[in-house]
Amino acid sequence: MSPDKKTLVKMYETMSRIRLFETKLQEFFAAGRIPGFVHLYIGEEAVATGACAGLTNADKITSTHRGHGHLIAKGGDLKLMMAEIFGRKTGYCKGKGGSMHIADFDLGILGANGIVGGGGPLALGSALASKYSKTNAVTVCFFGDGASNQGTTQEALNMASAWKLPLVFVNENNGYGISCPQCKSMAVTDIADRAAAYDMPGVVVDGNDVLAVFEAVTEAVKRARHGEGPSLIECKTYRWRGHFEGDACTYRCDEELKEWMAKDPIPRMEEKLLESGVLKKKDVEAIRARIEQEVKDAVDFAEGSPLPSPAELLEDVYA
Amino acid sequence: MSKKTYLQALNEALRQEMERDDKVFIIGEDVGRFGGCFGVTQGLFTQFGEGRVMDTPITESAIVGTAAGAAASGLRPVAELMFVDFIGVAMDQLFNQACKMRFMFGGKAKVPMTLRMPQGAGIGAAAQHSQSLEAWFMHIPGLKVVIPSTPYDAKGLLISAIRDDNPVVFLEHKLLYGVEGEVPDESYTIDLGKADVKREGADVTIVATSLMVHTALAAAEKLAAEGISAEVVDPRSLQPLDKATILASVEKTHALVIAHEAVGFAGPGAEIAAMVAEEGLEFLDAPIRRVAAPFCPVPFSPPLEQAYIPGVDDIFNAVKTIR
Ligand SMILES: Cc1ncc(C[n+]2csc(CCOP(=O)(O)OP(=O)(O)O)c2C)c(N)n1
Ligand SMILES: [Mg+2]
Repeated sequence: MSPDKKTLVKMYETMSRIRLFETKLQEFFAAGRIPGFVHLYIGEEAVATGACAGLTNADKITSTHRGHGHLIAKGGDLKLMMAEIFGRKTGYCKGKGGSMHIADFDLGILGANGIVGGGGPLALGSALASKYSKTNAVTVCFFGDGASNQGTTQEALNMASAWKLPLVFVNENNGYGISCPQCKSMAVTDIADRAAAYDMPGVVVDGNDVLAVFEAVTEAVKRARHGEGPSLIECKTYRWRGHFEGDACTYRCDEELKEWMAKDPIPRMEEKLLESGVLKKKDVEAIRARIEQEVKDAVDFAEGSPLPSPAELLEDVYA
Repeated sequence: MSKKTYLQALNEALRQEMERDDKVFIIGEDVGRFGGCFGVTQGLFTQFGEGRVMDTPITESAIVGTAAGAAASGLRPVAELMFVDFIGVAMDQLFNQACKMRFMFGGKAKVPMTLRMPQGAGIGAAAQHSQSLEAWFMHIPGLKVVIPSTPYDAKGLLISAIRDDNPVVFLEHKLLYGVEGEVPDESYTIDLGKADVKREGADVTIVATSLMVHTALAAAEKLAAEGISAEVVDPRSLQPLDKATILASVEKTHALVIAHEAVGFAGPGAEIAAMVAEEGLEFLDAPIRRVAAPFCPVPFSPPLEQAYIPGVDDIFNAVKTIR
């Protein structure tokens, strides 16, 4: 299925929003203004964007430690995200979660996750709930190449297939789990090959081509919605930044990074939209200006928000 | 003897044990050229090669299980998990497999493995990367639990842990990695189950572990200014637990405060308090006090995290309620 004009523009905007939001985070982290860890998604925007563009608010996602892109692509509010990352009381999780633990259940965002491989089994439960309650919702489980080696991930793939759950596994293969290159952590070249073991479709796509991701995931979502069970979509991509901000990246070479930066998904999409006349140069500029303003507003909101007070520590431990 | 950080002391212990015994090897995520999540295995890959410093996939269950199986097969693995929080993924391989083999098999198996894991809050890493889980491990028969607070202890205890013929969980604190102290250059051991009196005192015993030893020492300093003489006892291992040293101290001071970063409810302090109540109640002239983290997950936001971690004033105030 090829996307309509509105969807095309929306995807371009979403990728730009992720990029600009995270570029701001990168700056703030370097300036020592953000506590804790930050794992940036810069370079991988096409995956979350393409995967979420066809979903509704009723559909669910499970995210990872590198979750900002997933949240934004699923409609996450930049202000609430920024405030959370700044540890403010007004943030998505009242400042209790931070960058690695943002959730918005109203938008079907079941949470970023600090545990690699933690999302697969949760996605099973989410998909089971949809099937059980006949809501017709589909769950998309994002996970990395590193996460694909966890037992939890393989258990989720197996059970989703055995139970024909409405689940789409979107693997973000950026080639590394921290310093460990894919070739040292698994014998297969394509993680999608593992789908065969569970008798589900396994597809490899160019993860820096938002349209390719959109098409593959949309097809898989359709199958899932029709009760035909899960699929595994492997998106080959690359993270531009270190594993976390502050990582010196001694385990990979500059040429590799340059090669991938040349495949930047955002200009690629922009060119397509300009060529086909969907957008004009001035539209592109207007979109950028609007998103820059959104990010600025988010920063202002976060900075103007109060920090939580210690009295809140014992709140929300139990329902 | 020279000044070394806690991290360097651990690194030296690993290197010396690997030089001494070729059955000792390291296994974990990013422990190779990367040098480990916090840098503890730095340089070991270069010296010993990938045959003895093994980078695994992200697969904690397999890391712990591989260590257990290799240990039961005659090797002496030192496994690392990046954060203690990830033990949840691997718990079966530890508590049902590694720790039960010897007993279940009627004494046939020997599982000499060491599992190193950093604990603790203080770096804004939030609920899944900041916990102190020593009480979980204390509850497992067959497992030893070591929790060093100083560079000197870290080195001697790690060497003992590696040479021990049982599974040993070795709990480091991420805020201690940069702490410096005198550490002998040569190899030495510290018996597991031997507490250390970190400061002598007469009026109150503060039993503290890990980072809290340093907090307790600061509190003791503050108490001294008010004329209260506090003795700080560091058990150094929680299983085995050096009851004698703790009881002797309480017999002298007649009062006990226990400080740890794990949550208070059913925390390690509960066991220590119960032990003193059972075996040394007559020594006490005041109620036992516990200083611990509140019963909630570790929060992200800095003011919440700071409030979560027991501080000098918390220990000071607890002592003041009984002295
Ligand atoms: C259970 C568990 N093990 C290890 C870690 C530490 N860790 C955080 S991210 C990461 C690498 C994840 O690699 P991948 O799944 O490929 O995702 P990427 O970071 O490349 O997006 C590791 C090892 C963790 N958070 N949880
Ligand atoms: Mg990866």
